[in-house]
Amino acid sequence: MADAAFVHEALPVGSKGRHASGWWGMIALVVTEGALFAYLIFSYFYIASQAHAAWPPAGRPHLWIAVPGTIILIVGSFTARYAEVGIRRGNKGRLIGGMAITVVLGLIFLALQGLEWHDKPFSFTSSAYSSLYFTVTGFHMLHVAIGLVIITMLMIWTGLDYFGAKRHAAASIGAIYWHFVTVVWLFVFSTFYIAPYLG
Amino acid sequence: MASTGAFRVPIIARESDSSPTAADLERKWRTPAGLIGWISSVDHKEIGKRYLVTAFLFLIMGGIEAAVMRAQLIRPNQALLSPEAYNQLFTMHGVTMIFLYAMPVLSGFSNYLWPLMLGSRDMAFPRLNAFSYWTFLFAGIFIYASFIVGQAPDAGWFNYVPYTSREYNAGPNIDDYALGMVLFGVSQTVGGVNFIVTLFRTRAPGMSINRVPMMVWGTLTASVGNLFAIPAVSLAFFLLWLDRQFGTHFYDVTGGGQPLLWQHLFWMFGHPWVYAIVLPAMGIVSDALPVFCRRPLVGYTAVALATVTTMILGFGVWVHHMFATGLPPLSLSFFSAASMTIVIPSAVAVFAWIATIWTGRPVNKTAFLFFAGFVFVFVVGGVSGFMTAAVPLDWQLTDTYFIVGHIHYVLIGINVFPVVGGIYYWFPKMTGKLLNETLGRWNFWLMFIGFNVGFFPMHIAGLLGMPRRIYTYPDGMGWNTVNLITSLGAYLFAIGVLLFVINVFRSARFGRIAGPNPWDAPGLEWTTPSPPLSYNFAVIPTIGSRYPLWEDRLEHGPSDSYVERGYLLNRRRETIGTTALDAEPDVVLEMPNDTVAPFIVGLALVGIICGALFHAWWAVVAFVVVTLAGTIVWLWPEARLGQTRDIVRG
Repeated sequence: MADAAFVHEALPVGSKGRHASGWWGMIALVVTEGALFAYLIFSYFYIASQAHAAWPPAGRPHLWIAVPGTIILIVGSFTARYAEVGIRRGNKGRLIGGMAITVVLGLIFLALQGLEWHDKPFSFTSSAYSSLYFTVTGFHMLHVAIGLVIITMLMIWTGLDYFGAKRHAAASIGAIYWHFVTVVWLFVFSTFYIAPYLG
Repeated sequence: MASTGAFRVPIIARESDSSPTAADLERKWRTPAGLIGWISSVDHKEIGKRYLVTAFLFLIMGGIEAAVMRAQLIRPNQALLSPEAYNQLFTMHGVTMIFLYAMPVLSGFSNYLWPLMLGSRDMAFPRLNAFSYWTFLFAGIFIYASFIVGQAPDAGWFNYVPYTSREYNAGPNIDDYALGMVLFGVSQTVGGVNFIVTLFRTRAPGMSINRVPMMVWGTLTASVGNLFAIPAVSLAFFLLWLDRQFGTHFYDVTGGGQPLLWQHLFWMFGHPWVYAIVLPAMGIVSDALPVFCRRPLVGYTAVALATVTTMILGFGVWVHHMFATGLPPLSLSFFSAASMTIVIPSAVAVFAWIATIWTGRPVNKTAFLFFAGFVFVFVVGGVSGFMTAAVPLDWQLTDTYFIVGHIHYVLIGINVFPVVGGIYYWFPKMTGKLLNETLGRWNFWLMFIGFNVGFFPMHIAGLLGMPRRIYTYPDGMGWNTVNLITSLGAYLFAIGVLLFVINVFRSARFGRIAGPNPWDAPGLEWTTPSPPLSYNFAVIPTIGSRYPLWEDRLEHGPSDSYVERGYLLNRRRETIGTTALDAEPDVVLEMPNDTVAPFIVGLALVGIICGALFHAWWAVVAFVVVTLAGTIVWLWPEARLGQTRDIVRG
């Protein structure tokens, strides 16, 4: 039975899809980043629960910027998915095209967020609510920005002909981060824009 | 540059460490000499040793701080230290021991030992490993920089607001602590990610999840806990920094904020952290104690499950640090009950160790003394913890020296004793030399007696009403004798630690040659030469049981372990990746070469927090750019690592 323990079959070499250590690393990163946002949202609800005055202090936030922003971010996740599936089939053009649309959508989201920041009647230091609002959405915008850098690098690397049907772990791993940014926004959005309408 | 093929049937060969193939492997894996080589090294053994040495340096600094405090408290109305200096000392003592020593020292063990125990050639992310060490070192230096300029944090290691709000603590000390802790959090988080992925990816074929050493269970549990816990403290400190520097209102009542938010965030982190800094140490005992009892650990599965259970429960008990803050009785009852349930998994582990000693044939070596001493101290610390889990008693004891006694029994007992015992056990593997046993006896008995003489009376001081964190006390309170005894015991303990340091230096030069397996231990790390070669294993071992080197004398599963024959994987730096639970061969992992990128990115992060500390925003922007650029270079896809599309050759 000496050789029963040994597997004499071909094994994938290097970063292959979910065989890549980076895939596991990204999942772990998403877990800890998800925890960070959970603590941010905890802080919001904790302070809200202890508030003596009206919450939010300036009344319920309007939705006419945040709702379109949310939709744009969700669509961006689908285009990122479209791009990633493309490279799995060896279609570089589809990766670059899909990711380019994602970048544009991400930039529009950031612009809308900037508009909303500008539009708010309160500032960073007005109250605990305003501090929370700018910090939590700021954290999220920072994550969108990092996601955009990742996607841009993936486009450059695809342009340099690094990826193909058999090698695209980086694109799949980067896409996970972008989906995370979208999903975590749904929690932030629900906290700041939906919850006040429920109370 | 040679690219990798997409698939390959790995060669299975029989090799020893003296073969030409092994010499070639050594060339591929060795870190070159010189400063650049030193900075670039990604060898887990090198990084592990650095972690250990750095953590011990911090232990000694924290110990000196404690020694000065005990001189101040040795008699009433002592005027050796000003109240301000005393506040800085007790704060830095706590910060040093709990953050800069306790976790990093365990990371040192795990970094050094994991790949050797798991039958791999390195960690899953060698460069991230180097990055974790550098950021830990830089964060430690950053926090200590404030001490050197006489502006150290002075509000205790848990840094409660409003003491630490700008109104009451205007200096840069708290900002330095806050920003340093954010960097430290990065270091420990990436370290944790690395342990988790390493465990699930790079175990030797056949080492299914029920065959990994207990220290691996401990570190895995701590790492998963840290992924969830560390963001809380990083966020707490970041929000505090915003409050202090930009006038936000997270903790400020006048703006609608809540000072208690700090305590919630801090202890949501703090309590899991307590388990993170003890569970790997308990794992050290569960692995090493049985070797000195000449039998396997009693109740492997129960102890592994107890480890995981402790951490899960550890996330639901943070309010027991806040019993005296006026929370509703329902909340207090819940958290009190939850805290008491932790006794159950702890007791499972204690009884497993006792049963192992009882049913084994104990070998009276220094390492055994430290592990057996640990079991005793752990029980005392556990009982005092159980006492303070009861709300009425906690109301009486909180903020007294009873709590100081408890925390030292727990942290010195469950961390320092196993760590020193672990060094006696693995020092021969790391250096090839045995530590001196005669000095070892003196080392143990001085530490053990000094510890109990020094720290047990703290409980009594607490029961006599002595508050913690007072820089002196008047005569006639009835606290003179206990404090005198505590100080003398602490000095005895310090002499014991000093003997340990002397033993390490002396034995590293003059110690007896250890050979590969001086303790006749069962683990995979003992199949390598002492110290191991750069590539760890000439061929990847195949594992057939939990105790590969004791298979000739234990009943075990259907197949044997092989250490001389296995996957060769010698084209580049390569190792095998296996499936997460069953450890079946899954992928040939291409491992990175040495690089300065982790060092550069680590330095850039220090640049960012230095810029933030001094409000030099241009510097923050510049170093963010360096961080991004360094990270992109680091992650640039390489054909050699099998990250780019195939130009099939080689």
